[in-house]
Amino acid sequence: MGATNGEEHIMPRFLLLQNYEGGAGCTVPMSNWAPEDIQAHVAFQQALNDELTDKGEFVDAQGLAGPDMAKFVTSDGVRVPVVTDGPFPESKELLAGYRMIDVDSEKRAIEIAAQASAAPGPSGVPIQQPIEVRQVMGPPSADL
Amino acid sequence: MTSSPDAEDLLRELAPQVLGVLMRRFGDFDAAEDAVQEALVAAALHWPHDGIPDNPRGWLIQAAVRKMTDHIRSEVARRRRESLAAARDQPGDVGGGDDTLILLFMCCHPSLTPASAIALTLRAVGGLTTNEIANAFLVPEATMAQRISRAKQTITASEARFQMPGSDERAQRLPSVLHVMYLIFNEGYTSTTGENLHRSELSGEATRLTRVVHGVLPDNGEVAGLLALMLLTDARRSARTGPGGQLIPLAEQDRTMWDQELITEGDALITNALGTGSIGEYQLQAAIAALHDDAARAEDTDWPQILAFYGLLERMSGNPMVALNRAVAAAMVHGPAAGLTLLEALDEPLGGHYRLDAVRAHLFEMAGDVDSALAHYRAAASRTTSIPEQHYLATQAAKLAARTTGSGEDRTPQE
Repeated sequence: MGATNGEEHIMPRFLLLQNYEGGAGCTVPMSNWAPEDIQAHVAFQQALNDELTDKGEFVDAQGLAGPDMAKFVTSDGVRVPVVTDGPFPESKELLAGYRMIDVDSEKRAIEIAAQASAAPGPSGVPIQQPIEVRQVMGPPSADL
Repeated sequence: MTSSPDAEDLLRELAPQVLGVLMRRFGDFDAAEDAVQEALVAAALHWPHDGIPDNPRGWLIQAAVRKMTDHIRSEVARRRRESLAAARDQPGDVGGGDDTLILLFMCCHPSLTPASAIALTLRAVGGLTTNEIANAFLVPEATMAQRISRAKQTITASEARFQMPGSDERAQRLPSVLHVMYLIFNEGYTSTTGENLHRSELSGEATRLTRVVHGVLPDNGEVAGLLALMLLTDARRSARTGPGGQLIPLAEQDRTMWDQELITEGDALITNALGTGSIGEYQLQAAIAALHDDAARAEDTDWPQILAFYGLLERMSGNPMVALNRAVAAAMVHGPAAGLTLLEALDEPLGGHYRLDAVRAHLFEMAGDVDSALAHYRAAASRTTSIPEQHYLATQAAKLAARTTGSGEDRTPQE
């Protein structure tokens, strides 16, 4: 073991992940929502990103093209790769989008995830979608 | 900045001095810091073409004062007239390292989170641009700009004055400054070589700033201890990762790659510091680092002395991570069973931390208990938050597994 005290990396990064399953407040896909509800939802997401930038915590946020466009690729490195097109039976479990944040603690990451989970759905009812909180690997904390 | 390394070093050295001059003249930290930043950017833009001016410090002060007066003029319609009238003049103060230290006291204010203090310190004292700091921490520039701006607001709200704190307050707040230096160093040191060059430069920046503080407070043992710790740790930098970025533990490092010049300087610093006055945590850590660095071979390491230092350090800090390192030292002196016994007390404070599993695995391996070692290496690998560490721990597990199944793939003797 080396000389350092094994102090944790000061700003852990987290990915907040969400899929297409919806939550207690809404299980209907967005394509079936009223236009103003979609607008309110998008505005909410943008406002959350702006808030995170303002607090010095925002790294990146992206939504992914729909599961119908997804492809699964497998290869043994020798033969022609196998490419599987959708639709997939478990398509709701695919990743829909993510936010990457740079925060002081896991506690803060959970706070932000809670905000994201309460995003408005149809008629402004919070969707309550489960947000998967995953720490991103960082540098080693100390000499081994 | 795109200027030559010489000009860049000069700018970073002058940045806190220029900010000090502006602070003494105008006393508005937020605006003065912005003005200095703009002057630095202007210098980085002009100097490569026009050459470094004969009086670079004067050039920067003039440029920054001009930015500052522009700012005041535009604000004057509002409440600024008052603050101008109240602008402080403190004739007794001198420039250079003292200003750097005063600024460090401001930027490492205890009301800031470590991340905010680090960002602000790198910009206001280190003279780095927001973009450079954003690159080092891999966040968008807008995010870093906000982090710095919020930190400055906190400093302004705390009404910190631009003056050297009295000796009591200085003693009380110096640890925050040293802690921020230590964190900046670690951020740079622990990052994988080559992966993010901006990031590894952070260690050099932390060392440079600590050197300035040491210049102002040469008799402070903890400042000397921290500087020694940085030098003695940095000396091993090139030996601690392999060509693929894999971690190489201390015992297996090629010690001929260690930087003897840094070791000599660090040794002298810590020997001198230990001989004078009270002993602190950084001095003890540096003393331990020196004992590692002074061993020509891993088996020459003075483990009994390291164990004694860890004992002192644990009593002083109460940090369970120190206790973990002491257990390793105890195992090296008295055998793995002694180390494993010490680890039992750490289940509570370090419950679930991968490093407890990693150390336990290592000590079980030393004791020849392959099954337990394997289980703990795997547990540690599944919970670390670093990919190089995960690879290292998984490899240790794989080597052990190969041994138990007798595949004979790995014939290198294990410690």
